[in-house]
Amino acid sequence: MTDFTQLGIKAIRDGVANGDFTAVEVAEAFNAAVADAAELNAFIVTTPDYALEAAKKVDADRAAGKQLGSMAGVPIGMKDLFATRGVQTSAASHILEGFKPEYESTVSQKLWDAGAGMLGKLNLDQFAMGSSNETSYFGNVANPWKARGSNATLAPGGSSGGSSAAVAARIAPAATGTDTGGSIRQPAAFTGITGIKPTYGRCSRWGIVAFASSLDQAGPMARSVEDCAIMLEAMSGFDPKDSTSLDMDVPAWAASLDANLKGKTVGIPKEYRMDGTDEEILKSWDDGIAWLKDAGADVVEVSLPHTKYALPAYYIVAPAEASSNLARYDGVRYGLRDLPDGAGLQDMYAATRAAGFGDEVKRRILIGTYVLSAGFYDAYYTQAMKVRTLIQKDFEAAFEQCDVILAPTTPTAAFALGENVDDPLAMYLNDVFAVPASLAGLPAMSVPAGLNKDGLPLGLQLIGPAFDEQAVLNAGLAIEQRAGFTAKPEKWW
Amino acid sequence: MSVTREQVAKIASLARINLDEGDLDHMVPEFNNILAWVEQLGEVDTSSVEPMTAVIPQKLRLRDDVVDADPLTGGGKRDAILANAPVAEHGFFGVPKVIE
Repeated sequence: MTDFTQLGIKAIRDGVANGDFTAVEVAEAFNAAVADAAELNAFIVTTPDYALEAAKKVDADRAAGKQLGSMAGVPIGMKDLFATRGVQTSAASHILEGFKPEYESTVSQKLWDAGAGMLGKLNLDQFAMGSSNETSYFGNVANPWKARGSNATLAPGGSSGGSSAAVAARIAPAATGTDTGGSIRQPAAFTGITGIKPTYGRCSRWGIVAFASSLDQAGPMARSVEDCAIMLEAMSGFDPKDSTSLDMDVPAWAASLDANLKGKTVGIPKEYRMDGTDEEILKSWDDGIAWLKDAGADVVEVSLPHTKYALPAYYIVAPAEASSNLARYDGVRYGLRDLPDGAGLQDMYAATRAAGFGDEVKRRILIGTYVLSAGFYDAYYTQAMKVRTLIQKDFEAAFEQCDVILAPTTPTAAFALGENVDDPLAMYLNDVFAVPASLAGLPAMSVPAGLNKDGLPLGLQLIGPAFDEQAVLNAGLAIEQRAGFTAKPEKWW
Repeated sequence: MSVTREQVAKIASLARINLDEGDLDHMVPEFNNILAWVEQLGEVDTSSVEPMTAVIPQKLRLRDDVVDADPLTGGGKRDAILANAPVAEHGFFGVPKVIE
């Protein structure tokens, strides 16, 4: 009998369409796997009935001879940042605990329309602010991987840590993620899975809890490049309800996948060879270069001179936008209200926000409030947005010499829970390779490259020009075919 | 540039977040560490650079000038809008008394 939990999106969809098995059998297998993995704490809320109901509809549609969608029969995990009608949408915060949206986000609706079902809402860093999933109000997520010879629980990355853990542990064949400064790519790298952030505007932000609106992008996390391409197609598309949604057709990325890179040029950014980067990460980068050459690509060195300024610019821009976006949580319209005895309206706001936000969220709101305040705005925010222009221009110049850029996804493999929790700056440095592409709005993906000497997965990152997800996916496929990454975490949960 | 304890308390009050003395004890040094680190942006010569306004150049669209162009974002949703309110009364959001 097939172990359905080992199957990915395409295998499930095609198997259901061919009648090899039913969508209900698949949903039941994953529901059981989810129920058996409570120790990972990947889900904040599980919705087995939703998964089953969607599967029954797919099976009924197939029996009736109806056309099936591109995700038909695939049960997925939904990051708890996407509004889902009638199902708690908390952003892993106390302030939104119990919030049940009256509407469905555009991206999740598109996935349900394509025939996917929902296994549950996945844990994350609170309001997507974090790189280790340790800022969730609902507890840490455990990375299913452990270092060889160690029993320490490792971070699954963040902010999409529930998503990465669930896909790596085979309790979901795929999950949604969102990426503001690396929140799809870094957790994908830490757990040996594949994840892509498309060009800014491909996926509608409508119904996604806002963190930094000029950076936030949704994307798929799955176990293969092809599965990511299929799911990204289902998630993308113009939405008039999002003022920055791209009014462009969605290309047929999956059907156009081609790992032959003859005639393509891959750029290697010299500034990404930073001091302090793990030797094994540098070695995996060299492996990646060799694999892409083997796929027919030419390799050239490119320069992105403002790379070192990307992270500090990000930690002005993202908190500034967050301080504005999170002003809406005031105890009036939804979520938590803390009304001390005899308190007035202003006291209620301040008490509600003190009780409802975690430390990292407060830290970012305060930084954002400060850099936007009169007298400091130009020195911090305007300067950061000018540096952002320079970072974008760096990429434009690089893409005159190459079609896609190859770099590491993270400076280290997964670290232990608690290791960086007292040092916000050390935590921020995790996203040093991921943030530049976010600031420039570019499509970028992480694919597994191999295991380090401790048996932990390492990821390689591909960055493409705006709108050219295909270049990223194709180069990712070339690496996937050559890396031969088949390792799985050993089940301990 | 570094900020004082009083400045952090003032920023917290502007952001409508109560911080007690214990919160300030750890927030002030963290805040200053982050500010000292982002200040390296001052090294970059940006005298001839425009600040980014849109990461992907786009025109802001106008919606069709019709009522309920999209039923999801149109009007007539009072009950749905109030459904998650901590206090809703008589079809309105309830708040503590604002005017004596």
